[in-house]
Amino acid sequence: MRRLIKSAGLREILLPLGRMAVFVLGAGALMSVVMVVLALLCRGSGADKLLLSTQNVNIVFYTMANLPQVLIDGVTIGFVYAAIALGYTMVYGVLEFINFAHSEIFAIGAFAGVEFLIIMDKIGVLATSGTYGPYLYLTLALAIGMLAAGGIAVLIERTAYRPLRGAPRLVPLISAIGVSFALQDIIRLVESLTTGQFYRVIPTFGNFDDKILLFTIQTASAPIKVDIQVKSVIVIAAAVMMLVGLNYIVNATRIGKAIRSVAQDRDTAAIMGIGVNGVIAFTFLIGGALGGAAGVLYALKFTRIDPFVGFMPGMKAFTAAVVGGIGNLTGALLGGIILGMLESFAGAYLGTFTMGNFGSEYKDIIAFLILIIVIVFRPSGLLGEQISQKA
Amino acid sequence: MSLLELEDIHSYYGNIHALKGVSLKVEEGEIVSLIGANGAGKTTTLRSISGLLHPRKGKVIFRGKDVTKLAPNLIHKEGLGLVPEGRGIFPRLTVLENLEMGAFLVKDKAEIARGIEQAFTLFPRLRERAEQKGGTLSGGEQQMLATARGLMSTPSILLMDEPSMGLAPVLVDQIFDVIKELNAKGTTILLVEQNALMALSIAHRAYVLQTGTIVLSGAASNVAKDENVRKAYLGI
Repeated sequence: MRRLIKSAGLREILLPLGRMAVFVLGAGALMSVVMVVLALLCRGSGADKLLLSTQNVNIVFYTMANLPQVLIDGVTIGFVYAAIALGYTMVYGVLEFINFAHSEIFAIGAFAGVEFLIIMDKIGVLATSGTYGPYLYLTLALAIGMLAAGGIAVLIERTAYRPLRGAPRLVPLISAIGVSFALQDIIRLVESLTTGQFYRVIPTFGNFDDKILLFTIQTASAPIKVDIQVKSVIVIAAAVMMLVGLNYIVNATRIGKAIRSVAQDRDTAAIMGIGVNGVIAFTFLIGGALGGAAGVLYALKFTRIDPFVGFMPGMKAFTAAVVGGIGNLTGALLGGIILGMLESFAGAYLGTFTMGNFGSEYKDIIAFLILIIVIVFRPSGLLGEQISQKA
Repeated sequence: MSLLELEDIHSYYGNIHALKGVSLKVEEGEIVSLIGANGAGKTTTLRSISGLLHPRKGKVIFRGKDVTKLAPNLIHKEGLGLVPEGRGIFPRLTVLENLEMGAFLVKDKAEIARGIEQAFTLFPRLRERAEQKGGTLSGGEQQMLATARGLMSTPSILLMDEPSMGLAPVLVDQIFDVIKELNAKGTTILLVEQNALMALSIAHRAYVLQTGTIVLSGAASNVAKDENVRKAYLGI
C-alpha cells in the first residue's frame, strides 16, 4: 500500500512532464509543418523574390532556418501563458466564473518582484553577488512576487467575490472587472507616488542576457546561429517546475482532492466535512501565486513593466484557458503552449510572408482568431470535460 | 435527550417560506421516515438540518448541541452524515476516491481502509467498479456509492434523501434492505421518501409533511393506517 502511494506520487510528477513534452513537440511539429508547407506554396511569390534579392535565400530555406529560434521563443512565452492560464482555469473550476482581475494579480506579482530587485540593486548587492548570487536574488524575487500576488488574490476573493457567491452569475463578473480596473490604477498611483514614474525596468544583473549557443546552421552566405537566452531557460525551467508542483498538489494531496471535490459539487463537499471557504481561498492563493511568478518571469524576459502590463498576457492566457477547455488544468497547459507558438510564428513570419504589409505587430490577431474559431467549433475547448453526471 | 431535535424551524428560499415551523425528534437507534408530496419541504428539512440552508427561525439540536448556525462541514464533524438528493456523486472522482472523500476528516489510514472494506462488503458491486469514475456509474450503483460514502465517517445519524428515486423496483428493495441492516447494526436513520409505502414499512416512527408543516406524526404503523395518508400518499 505504501509503495503504491509512493509510486502514485511519482506518477503525478512524471505524467505532467510527459504531457508537456508531448504538447511542446506536438504543437511545435505541427506549426513547423504548416509553416514549411506555406513556404512551399509561396515559392516564386513576391515575398520569395524579395528575400532572394535582399538576403540571397529562398523563402523555404528562410522559413526552415528560422524555425529553431521561433520554436524556442514560442515555448518560452507559451509556458508563461500556461502559468497565467492555470489561475483562470482553477478559479473557474471551483467557482465557475472568470476572475478578470487575474491579469492585475499577475501585474502585482511582476511589480513586487521587480521592486525588490530594484531595491537590491540600489543597495548594491546585486552587482557584487558573484556567479550564483543572481539566481538567489531571482528566486527571492519570484517568491516575493508569488506571495504578493497570492495574498492579493485571497484578499480580492474575500472582499469582492465571496459576498456575491449567491448572486446571479453576471454580478461577480462585473465585480471582477471593477477590481481589475481599480487595481490597475492603484498600482499606477502607488508607483507614481513612490517613484514618480509608473513604468519600471528590471535591473540588469547576472548572466541572464547571455546567449547559450545551441548549434549553427551552415549556409551559402552567413552561418545562422541558433541560441537560447539564459533567461529563457530560466523562464521555461521555473514554469515547468511550478506546473508540475501544481499538478502534484491538485492530484496527489488531500487539499488537492478537496479542491477537486469542491469544483465538482460544492454542497456535497461541504457535507463531507470540507471547509468550502477555506478551499476556495486556497485555490485563489495558489492560482494567484502562479500568476505572480509568471509576472516576475515576464518582467525578466521583457524587462519593462507598467501598470497595464497584465492586460495582454492576461487576455491571451484567458484565451489559452478557453482554447484548452476552461476548468481543465491540462487544457490550460496545452492552450498556453499553442498560444505561445502561434504568437511566436506569427511574429516571426507574418512580416516576411506579406512583404511587410502586415508586420509582427499584427500577431495578436492570430491568437484571437484562433479563440473564435475554437469556440465556434468546439465550445468546450480542446480538452473540455466530456464526462457528464448521470441523473 | 433526543439524538436530533428540530424546534419550530422556519426556512426560506429567497422570499419563499418553505418550512413553516417544523418540529421533529429522532431518538437514538430509530428509523424515522419523513414523507410528503413533491414540494412539501422534505429536502429543505434535510438541508436545514445539515447546514446547507440556515433556518431563519427555530433551532436544530444535535446531540444536545445547538447546531442551527453552524457551517455544514462543522455539523458533519459533530457526527451527521447526509446522502443528498440526487446522490451528489463526484462525477470525475473514482469510486474509491468518492469513498475516501466520505472519510475526509478521518485521520487514521487504517480506519479509512476498514471503512472502504466495509463498503465493499455491503455493496460488492462497488468493488468491481472501484477504479471507475463516479459519473459513469448507473443510477443504482450511484445510490450504493452515495450510501456507502455517507457511512465512511461512521456518523451517529445518517440522513437519506430519496434513496429510491429513479431506481428499478428490485434495486429499491435492495437499498431498503441495506437501510434495515444498517439500523440493526446501530445507525440511526432519518429517511426522506416519496415512496411512502416502503418508507413506512421499515420505519419506527414517521412524520407527514405538507406544504412546510408537519400534519401528522406517530408510530409508522399508525401513520400507515391514517385515512388521509392512505388516500394522499399510498394511493389506497
